[in-house]
Amino acid sequence: MSAADVVATVTDPELPMVTLAELGIVREVRETPDGVEVAITPTYSGCPAMEAIRDDIVSALRDAGFGRAAVRTQLSPAWTTDWISESGKAKLAAAGISPPGAAPRRASGPVPLVLGLRGESIACPRCGCAETERISAFGATACRELRRCPACREPFEHLKEI
Amino acid sequence: MSFDDDAYGALTDHDDDARWAYGTGFADPLAGVPTAVPGDVDRAGLTAYCLMLGDDALVMSHRLQQWVTRAPELEDELALANIALDLLGQARLLLARAGEAEGAGRDEDALASLRDAGEFRNVRLAERGDADFAHLVARLLVFSCWRLPLLDRLTASRDPVLAAIGAKGVKEVTYHREYAAQWVVRLGDGTDLSHRRMQAAIDAVLPTAGELFETHEVEARLAAAGVAVDPAQLRPEFDEAMSQVLRAGTLTGSSSAARAGRGRDGEHGPELDEILAEMQELARALPGGVW
Repeated sequence: MSAADVVATVTDPELPMVTLAELGIVREVRETPDGVEVAITPTYSGCPAMEAIRDDIVSALRDAGFGRAAVRTQLSPAWTTDWISESGKAKLAAAGISPPGAAPRRASGPVPLVLGLRGESIACPRCGCAETERISAFGATACRELRRCPACREPFEHLKEI
Repeated sequence: MSFDDDAYGALTDHDDDARWAYGTGFADPLAGVPTAVPGDVDRAGLTAYCLMLGDDALVMSHRLQQWVTRAPELEDELALANIALDLLGQARLLLARAGEAEGAGRDEDALASLRDAGEFRNVRLAERGDADFAHLVARLLVFSCWRLPLLDRLTASRDPVLAAIGAKGVKEVTYHREYAAQWVVRLGDGTDLSHRRMQAAIDAVLPTAGELFETHEVEARLAAAGVAVDPAQLRPEFDEAMSQVLRAGTLTGSSSAARAGRGRDGEHGPELDEILAEMQELARALPGGVW
């Protein structure tokens, strides 16, 4: 198994149904004579899982027999939900978390201010109802928002597009 | 030992890292980020500038955290905690960068926990207490309408770390501004009582916004060198977003240019002493404590 294969097995501490690679957090895995170097990028500036992610990668590599492993943080380019793989999105949906659509593309000029409802339609991951409503833009972690389905009446989480 | 095997064991079993540390001793958020400062960038200026933007985020974050358990609904507790966490993350990156540029061995913990109020460079707006929820959302709106175009322009900074912090922060503060704006509109365009209290909050907060657009000598120097953003340039975008929100909320208000004391020079009100007494207590009582 290559170092990249080992890193590809490490799952996210907050979303254990997907791997870090599927989330697009792993930017690079490099084997050098000095050991393995892994670059990861935070989803949000304050993501409190970064230390845990770093530890999980280092211990997975250690358990697989790779001696020295260093994890570096790569801030640029900033993480976007567009880096979540198709398999990652499918696993999120299967776990009841609605996966993100395409991240907003911004024209040049000021960031537009959206008042009222955004013109987005997000399907319910449980019953498939196409139109659901937002309860709050902020959920249990920085990357998720809370929504509600008017058809099956269940609340659910949605990974918001950034 | 992994968490799944024995949660209690894992809590006391920190042989190699500070994963379970509280208070101080977290791993550097810039771990592995290239730390070089471009050769022609003035290090003292960069240090001061990173402290300004970092202290804004740190102090505002702490004020927001004080609202947790006091917000009107659970969803708002989550929202305010998340916004506070984003700002804390921005503060950590900026203070870590300040520490590196300074080169005197102070890390983010030392800068956050071991400086006195007179050494803080945040704008006064960030430290003010909130009389009620309307004041909070008014203050968060003003803060976000100003910080968003600031971070947006920072993406063009010649300092690669500042540019990266800006790019990441823009996505976050877009959500913060939207959250505050929607509450201001909802309360402003709500009942007679909510309108009255929202208008009173705008009348209290907006006149203090003048300090946000005063260019400090460090900002002017670094902006000329392509490193920092001159806050005076943010005014049109700020005014445009504010008037969009106030109009939708049937509210009125204009910000004056009146000075409220220069937070950027370390002049603060007693509010900052209160915040620091709470925020720094543990780190000062147990320097370097890890458990």
